[in-house]
Amino acid sequence: MKRSISALVAGSLLAISFAVFAGPGAIEGVEKQPINVSAIAMFMIFVIATLGITKWAAGKTKTTADFYTAGGGITGFQNGLAIAGDYMSAATLLGITSMVYFKGYDGFVYAVCFFVGWPIILFMMAERLRNLGKFTFADIASYRLDQNRIRTFAAIGSLTVVCFYLIVQMVGAGQLIQLLFGLEYNYAVVVVGLLMMVYVTFGGMTATTWVQIIKACLLLGGGITLMLLTLSQFGWSLDSLFSKAIESHKLGEKMMAPGSLMADPVSAFSLSLGLLFGTAGLPHIMMRFFTVPNAKEARKSVFYATGFIGLFFLVTIILGAGAITIVGTNASFFEGGEVGGKLIGGNNMPVMHLAKAVGGDVFLGFLSAVAFATILAVVSGLALAGASAISHDLYARVIKKGTASSAQEMKVTRFASVGLGLTAIVLGIAFKDQNVLFLVALAFGVASSVNFPVLILSMYWKGLTTRGALWGGIAGLVSSVGLVVLSPTVWVKILGNKTAIFPYDHPAIVSMTLAFFVTWLLSVTDKSARAAKEAEAYEEQYIRAQTGLGASGAHAH
Amino acid sequence: MSQENNIQAKIRNHPKFAELVGKRTRFAVILSLVVLVPYYTFMFLVSTQPQLFAAKLAEGGVITTGWPIAALIIIGGWLLTGVYVSRANGEFDSITEEVLKEARK
Repeated sequence: MKRSISALVAGSLLAISFAVFAGPGAIEGVEKQPINVSAIAMFMIFVIATLGITKWAAGKTKTTADFYTAGGGITGFQNGLAIAGDYMSAATLLGITSMVYFKGYDGFVYAVCFFVGWPIILFMMAERLRNLGKFTFADIASYRLDQNRIRTFAAIGSLTVVCFYLIVQMVGAGQLIQLLFGLEYNYAVVVVGLLMMVYVTFGGMTATTWVQIIKACLLLGGGITLMLLTLSQFGWSLDSLFSKAIESHKLGEKMMAPGSLMADPVSAFSLSLGLLFGTAGLPHIMMRFFTVPNAKEARKSVFYATGFIGLFFLVTIILGAGAITIVGTNASFFEGGEVGGKLIGGNNMPVMHLAKAVGGDVFLGFLSAVAFATILAVVSGLALAGASAISHDLYARVIKKGTASSAQEMKVTRFASVGLGLTAIVLGIAFKDQNVLFLVALAFGVASSVNFPVLILSMYWKGLTTRGALWGGIAGLVSSVGLVVLSPTVWVKILGNKTAIFPYDHPAIVSMTLAFFVTWLLSVTDKSARAAKEAEAYEEQYIRAQTGLGASGAHAH
Repeated sequence: MSQENNIQAKIRNHPKFAELVGKRTRFAVILSLVVLVPYYTFMFLVSTQPQLFAAKLAEGGVITTGWPIAALIIIGGWLLTGVYVSRANGEFDSITEEVLKEARK
């Protein structure tokens, strides 16, 4: 049975012959979960369907514009769903439900922090992003600044965020497939990485967008169904759901109020800064604004995306709270049948166990398949953003100064996608067993301190100069990465030191402030001729940002 | 190029352009504050006055005030995006079109 399934998987994954499936001993050696045939069947349907979409998209992906932005022909509603898809990752589903499951109300506060950036992105950024950008956020950051230095730096910022975020997704993928298949974590990570390379390399933005749209619908539909099944167990009463949760939870009444997670105001403020402005600095999200034809559609995208994301968060909160009773008191979900002990599959699994408890194996299979599709879609979006930073920004603009042919640029993009896939695999294995939501916060810290300051200042502040943007960005990058390394999560838990050098897990309060300050200081003191020219060029940029005059439209096919 | 510059100058000097930018900027700033002020107040109180969120919503119930407050921040934030989009895609965009049309003459 095991051999035939591994053969089926290996055969269907585009007949990629990994060493993983080479021998019967390959999936031995971990605590195996029972094989769930319906789950595997649905999982395979998703893989085949998404590969079909990729094949179709590959036929439509002829130019770099097709590859990076699907030709700019996506509607606001479609893009809204796709943005929601990018943001509602499996890590969000697993992480927020897990946080509510373990910490109660603190999980809800976390979800609010993740949400609140969206209205701000709409009010302050969406239309300017669309009017000024073409393929990547570096297009905007370097609009009137030095093409070599600022573009290179913005590309590095993108790649750093992409790598952090990729780790999160790979860890979620590994745990999920481990639970579903009984396949060892490391092999699961390898499978996801290889599939991602196929999607991005061949299907580009068109494939990524449609995979996102379908997956967003399935994830919302699956989540809402699970919520209804859960509520039916409590006689459709939230009061009864919560009173049972209080009885079952080890925190008791305390789970209903803010707890330890937010107890330190400085730490809470730093977290909220990082999540709020980090959302506005995620390269794979910003890239989505270039797939719609104009600013009108860009605004609509955010309206729809915000609605779907908000709905999804509210649903996940109820799922987490329901799991406290349904999963938390059921011995079959704990290792060795010991209630309150270690959850089978790890700490991020309450929602998957909940699916099994209220919907049986078939529903677990469905949700696992959806979560898997989600991971593939999100890693594909990330890889696309990373690959375009390498090929469009670094290769075509900085190295080739705009002289590279479309074919050459496409070739570099594809190599970059493969390189990113391999990187994701290595990092996914290195970061095994971390709480995935925590890793999301790390990615956000860097996004808020490197990408966001240069982006917002280039759009709003005439006085921004190349020197200021460059050194401010370096200050943000060094301080955010450095502080994350010195934080309790990495310095103590991963590196095994006794006490953390930087006391907070979220660096934004220091790193973002520093980035803005250095940018400001080195811009206002910059009296070079270049700086004067850059200030002069703001006028043209400003009119374009406000009116869309000269903005790149939908690309003709 | 000179024609491009000409259009730019016309837009810049168009009285409606100043009106558009002024109105839209004001609107965006006000809406941002309507989201950010309650949000940061919420975050501040969550970490310093957690007991405020532990009060029971109804006599004999178990749900505390914290849950609907957090839900309200999410739902309210979404409704505000709707408010912005309807005005920006209607009123502001028609002023933009007017300015662009007259500048291109």
